[in-house]
Amino acid sequence: MNPSESPQTTQNFDPRLSLVVLLTLLVDMAVDGYDWVSGDFLANYPSYQPEDSGILSAMVGSLWLIGLTAAFSVPVGVASAVYLEEYASDGWFRRLIQINIANLAGVPSVVYGILGLALFVRFAAMGNSLLAGALTMSLLILPVVIIATQEALRAVPRGMRENAYALGATRWQVIQGHLLPTAAPGILTGVILSLSRAIGETAPLIVIGALTSARFLPRGVMDNFSALPLQIFDWTSRPQSEFQGLAAAGIIVLMVALLLMNLSAILLRNYYEQYQPT
Amino acid sequence: MEPSEAQPATAVPPDVDDGLSNEDADLTKNILHSPGERAIEYALGACALISVLTTLGIAAVLIVESVPFFAEVSLTSFFGDTRWTPEYAEQHFGIWPLLAGTLMITALAAVVALPLGLMSAVYISEYAPRSVRTWLKPALEILAGVPTVVYGYFALTFVTPLLDSFVSGLSTYNALSAGLVVGVMIIPMVASLSEDALQAVPRSMREGGYALGATKIEVTSRVVVPGALGGIVAGFILALSRAIGETMIVTIAAGQQANLTADPTQSIRPMTAYIAQIASGDIAQGTIVYDSIFAVGLVLFLITLGMNLFANDFVRRFQERY
Repeated sequence: MNPSESPQTTQNFDPRLSLVVLLTLLVDMAVDGYDWVSGDFLANYPSYQPEDSGILSAMVGSLWLIGLTAAFSVPVGVASAVYLEEYASDGWFRRLIQINIANLAGVPSVVYGILGLALFVRFAAMGNSLLAGALTMSLLILPVVIIATQEALRAVPRGMRENAYALGATRWQVIQGHLLPTAAPGILTGVILSLSRAIGETAPLIVIGALTSARFLPRGVMDNFSALPLQIFDWTSRPQSEFQGLAAAGIIVLMVALLLMNLSAILLRNYYEQYQPT
Repeated sequence: MEPSEAQPATAVPPDVDDGLSNEDADLTKNILHSPGERAIEYALGACALISVLTTLGIAAVLIVESVPFFAEVSLTSFFGDTRWTPEYAEQHFGIWPLLAGTLMITALAAVVALPLGLMSAVYISEYAPRSVRTWLKPALEILAGVPTVVYGYFALTFVTPLLDSFVSGLSTYNALSAGLVVGVMIIPMVASLSEDALQAVPRSMREGGYALGATKIEVTSRVVVPGALGGIVAGFILALSRAIGETMIVTIAAGQQANLTADPTQSIRPMTAYIAQIASGDIAQGTIVYDSIFAVGLVLFLITLGMNLFANDFVRRFQERY
């Protein structure tokens, strides 16, 4: 393929160096946190006594948060993408929304926190609730969901649309009967990756006033809450080394959750690419 | 880019031009007769509008909520004062120490991420065999997906003690450690955007180089990289904008002292860290200190928005060139 294939060029940099960083990071966490991960750690509330401390309230908070965020962001994100790909004409309106989405994806997450604080916590009087947190998080991941869904829709062969139209299907019948089912694996992959971003986001939750450490479980969407990254932040900020160990243990739990989400997304994508209709 | 754009415009005869001017209009004339189909279109359009409203909402919130702050602190002292001491008895609200902190973190991150990211991209795009590519790219994606609070912990408990063993006078909370780790955090972003730019360089340009007898490294460094330079630079700007907005690493590892210093071994306080620290602290809402986070947020938003608009526009024009 290349006429001068020289596997070992002197300037040839090996990016596996980046992976060395990743490995160092993972090993560092595992060593620091291994001794602290236990059944009690998963089942206890955080405490002033490091040895009694656990991560239960943070895990439950994160589950609530992710569930609610998915419930808000997926329908709105998919609907926006369908509109942009299948309805919007190539005019200024579409271009405006596209530029806007690209820029929204680059807005710092802490700024979304400020938006959530002013809009949901104060103006809509939701307080420092799960609902306010999930709405803030939804706005944060919405651009990612939209972009991923648009890409999945673009990958659907044009012939599929034309065949359905030729049989007299209406536009909505084509979308819900053919495009969405065909694009579903791609959309799902994008959604999982977006949610894995939401599960690790800390800054917006800090700004909207979520608890960095909670000794109770939320029972409804209007309750105050904590989340995994917030609890990790709380432990990291404490000077005692025991709490650093707890933070590392919390990171292990968070990273396992993330790796599982990423892995399912990658497997889904590989499976999809293998069986993609052409 | 999109399948729709590849279609000739003649697909829509003038008599069925319904204002949608979509290439599918001739195939879906029946939507005109169905109010249900119309309602669905408007509902979907309303969802798409939410993203525009989000941008407007961010701008409106930052401006409106900054008003009480700027009623007490004049713009001249905001941009003229060189001290930022909201928590002290003698309050000063000069933005420069926070801006300098952000700038130092960004510069340190650039030193780490730009060369490593670009070289990773060159390797992945030009050198890596397919087998390496297939696992390297997902691995970089995972690296990109590591939550920033984890990087913050890494900076404070691993990188800082490591640096302390050979940098004298290193403060426990310092710009150096935080900046280097922010750099590591944005490597995957630099690599991924640069690789997109390299891939966009047409194959014929590489072949032209080889036809003239250039070696692989000559083609890469004198044809491919210069050809992709526009896209690479735009990617750098987007990644640096991400570094400017990064919050948790600096909140955890850079400290709470808003020093106006060029010494990276000292504690600094970037804009994002200030916002997070005030919001998580016990400062009462409605005080001028609390209101200051909106003013700082406004400055942060304007800087990152400017960089993103510029870079996205740059990328678009670069893509159109090839």
